[in-house]
Amino acid sequence: MADTDPFLSAGNLLVLDVPLPLDGGQSLEGVRIAYETCGTLNADKSNAILLFHALTMDQHVVSTHPRTGKPGWWRNSVGPGKPIDTDRFFVICANVLGGCMGSTGPASAAADGTPYAMRFPVITIRDMVRAQIALLDALGIERLHAAVGGSMGGMLALSLAANFPERTKAALVIASTARHSAQNIAFHEVGRQAIMADPKWKNGDYGTGKGPEAGLAVARMAAHITYLSEAGLTEKFGRRLQDRPDGTKGAKTFGFDADFQVESYLRHQGLSFTGRFDANSYLYITRAMDYFDLAEEVSGGEGGGGRLAEAFAGTTARFCLVSFDTDWLYPTAESRHVAHALNAAGAAVSCVELSAPYGHDSFLLDVPALDRVIAGFLNA
Amino acid sequence: MTAPKSVLRADLAVIAANVAPGSRVLDVGCGDGALMAALRDARGIDARGLEIDAANVAECVARGLSVLQGDADTDLADYPDKAFDYAILSQTLQTTMRPDLVLDQLLRIGRKAFVSFPNFAHWRVRLSLLWGGRMPVTRLLPVAWYETPNIHHVTIDDFRALLAERGVKVEQTWFLTGDRRTSAAAANFRAEHAVFLLSR
Repeated sequence: MADTDPFLSAGNLLVLDVPLPLDGGQSLEGVRIAYETCGTLNADKSNAILLFHALTMDQHVVSTHPRTGKPGWWRNSVGPGKPIDTDRFFVICANVLGGCMGSTGPASAAADGTPYAMRFPVITIRDMVRAQIALLDALGIERLHAAVGGSMGGMLALSLAANFPERTKAALVIASTARHSAQNIAFHEVGRQAIMADPKWKNGDYGTGKGPEAGLAVARMAAHITYLSEAGLTEKFGRRLQDRPDGTKGAKTFGFDADFQVESYLRHQGLSFTGRFDANSYLYITRAMDYFDLAEEVSGGEGGGGRLAEAFAGTTARFCLVSFDTDWLYPTAESRHVAHALNAAGAAVSCVELSAPYGHDSFLLDVPALDRVIAGFLNA
Repeated sequence: MTAPKSVLRADLAVIAANVAPGSRVLDVGCGDGALMAALRDARGIDARGLEIDAANVAECVARGLSVLQGDADTDLADYPDKAFDYAILSQTLQTTMRPDLVLDQLLRIGRKAFVSFPNFAHWRVRLSLLWGGRMPVTRLLPVAWYETPNIHHVTIDDFRALLAERGVKVEQTWFLTGDRRTSAAAANFRAEHAVFLLSR
């Protein structure tokens, strides 16, 4: 089945031969970057688009996921004739530093042969970008046609455009933000505490066996709520009850089984997540997102002293920011904040709020207006 | 070269023909980007836009234009002083909450400003009111009073009075009836549409 898949690309792996410097002051030796490509790089290497994935996704943009068997996460938008047209563009997507799908992360073996676990240095969004700049160097790509990302991927696209302005001609940032808000950090902290409260976490030293699956599942359940809209949840589940295994239709059990369909759905989301994601990776990546404040990252100051416009001073890149009216995780105000900063920096920027019922997850789903914006921006 | 999507509206054609090549342009209330696309395609101008309607902004982005979704009444304050050579407000003035403040913002952001609007003192409008006693529904004002976005109807003489009061200099004017230029004589009676080029 898998080998007849036209999208299937052989997994690619780059091993860096120089240490990767990190914002925390440390550096990492022998960093591995697992990536997928789609399309053909042209002769002058000017048609590359670097896609950045969201928190729990990975490089499998179009290829079938090896652990879940599900189609690539952005097949809606990437492929021949799609809004990100691989007949025209060479699309690259790498598993982020700190991830668990082949790139170096806390589950990778340290020098002593055992997983880093909590010995892995705390990384930042900019560290993830640095790793992928090294990938571009290895591929001989000096300047991207565009850096594109949704959610955390949008943070990476912004960070790349601000920190490495010569490396991209455009940045497309979807359902994202230039800084994590107190509410964003709070939800992540709930997830991290759920993992760390699970006795099987063992301070991160759960090795390669079963880790803190209960904690990781709760983390995913909490996060998943933030990816959906209230109206979406109401429409999908309302207060409807589950059918019981004995065939009883929709009756309360007067117990704590998953009576409501929404409970059952969340439990399923949590459980299936544990089969494909590493708990320590979840801690490290959410930490990187919480630390993200682009103004501070570029100015070097702490506590939000930097002005975001200064992060983009002198940029020649085009920017497009897209938000969704039902996204309460990274609401439109965050995109507008970035757009105003880019405007003040004199950058060519577009900013649009699209209407879609699916909340934050809208960027992954079928939203025709998004397709038109993506294609229009990339083909301009 | 992409073919123009449609013939440019008459007031936009006047503006497009009178923007100096190579200048920096902000189109406030840029709609689907027709003027910006024409400025880019015909004159190589990298214009920026502000537009309140999401579907219009999406259309602009799909045309490769740089447009922010926003409201002229509140969001012009975010633009720096004299960031543009021209700030353009075409058929939008009469839809704003505070046209006078929007005008101030235009002349703060742009060295010069183009403002175009339908003239409420055109003779058809006057006749309609005089004989019908009803708010006019005409070609340029096609929507009934209760659902029109035009919440501040203005005449050419009203606008001139505002300019005088605010010390705004009129650089040039154009008057239109249908798609044709008409003379400035008795414009307040004869012109359906006015285009002003202003400075301060």
